[in-house]
Amino acid sequence: MFSDISLNILDIVQNSVSARASLIEITVNISNAEDTLTVVIKDNGCGMTDSELMKVVDPFYTTGNKKSVGLGVPFFKMAAQLSGGRFEIDSEKGKGTEVKAIFVLSSIDRMPLGNMTETIMSVVKANRNTDIVYSYTVDSKGFVFDTRQIRKIFGDIPCDTHEVNDFIQSFLNENTAELNSGANY
Amino acid sequence: MKSLEELTAIRDKMQAIVNLRIEDSSCTKIVVGMATCGIAAGARPVLKAFSDGVQSKGIKDVMVTQEGCIGLCKYEPIVEVVAPGKEKVTYVNMTAEKAAEVIEQHIIGGNVVTKYTINSAM
Ligand SMILES: Nc1ncnc2c1ncn2[C@@H]1O[C@H](COP(=O)(O)OP(=O)(O)O)[C@@H](O)[C@H]1O
Ligand code: FES
Ligand SMILES: [Mg+2]
Repeated sequence: MFSDISLNILDIVQNSVSARASLIEITVNISNAEDTLTVVIKDNGCGMTDSELMKVVDPFYTTGNKKSVGLGVPFFKMAAQLSGGRFEIDSEKGKGTEVKAIFVLSSIDRMPLGNMTETIMSVVKANRNTDIVYSYTVDSKGFVFDTRQIRKIFGDIPCDTHEVNDFIQSFLNENTAELNSGANY
Repeated sequence: MKSLEELTAIRDKMQAIVNLRIEDSSCTKIVVGMATCGIAAGARPVLKAFSDGVQSKGIKDVMVTQEGCIGLCKYEPIVEVVAPGKEKVTYVNMTAEKAAEVIEQHIIGGNVVTKYTINSAM
């Protein structure tokens, strides 16, 4: 088990990377009115057949050939269910996969969200040729981070630099803090 | 709220510098194992230490990437250094501090940090 949701998200995103996705969309949506914290990870990778999809929520199902256990998806499902929430996974072979976990926000059994900036920065830095979209919303106010927008600004100019990464980090940190307005999720 | 459009100013400053893109194939790859067990064992700060370290030292021909299961759970976090024309080096039980040493001695200095490799752990 992970200690926070952001590490769980990083693990689910690794599945999308392994599935050779060229676009990975990560959404975190917090609603105090509905008392939910919803995480969606959507990719356009290789997807799964219906029978693969049925097995994936079973602990230990894996197609990784180096070992015999696959716990990433079951952990995520369990974490959502422990808080009284629910979990959905949908996939189409050749099209992509969508994983959705809905946590009960106020449940004491809900893991904290953790450091999403670190998770997004890791994914962006380690997957330079993959488009990453991250949107964070608190009670219908939010921001969107989109590497396609950055690529459009930079064109041929390399954007994997200190200055750009520093900017992305403060973009994520400052906007998240503004939306949280003092609350700690 | 900050906007990504603010990056336009950073881009305009960078345009002045001649930036040569380095072909992926001639890059040294630092591959961080990011399977479930790797992340649980602390792979995220290790990846951060490598990518921040490589960038702050101004090293241009090195790429940090992530991979799924490397198959050696009990040695996680695992990091492989793959340099063109050289044998792959596998570092085990990595931490951010060890990452700094590997950058200094191996990536910059060209000397494998033998004490952190899989061979000395076994
Ligand atoms: N986004 C995805 N796209 C395609 N296949 C996936 C995806 N997520 C999970 N899978 C399949 O489900 C299996 C189990 O996933 P997981 O529980 O994370 O364990 P592991 O990644 O360690 O194998 C994977 O090996 C893969 O075959
Ligand atoms: S599951 Fe541990 S290295 Fe693969
Ligand atoms: Mg996985």
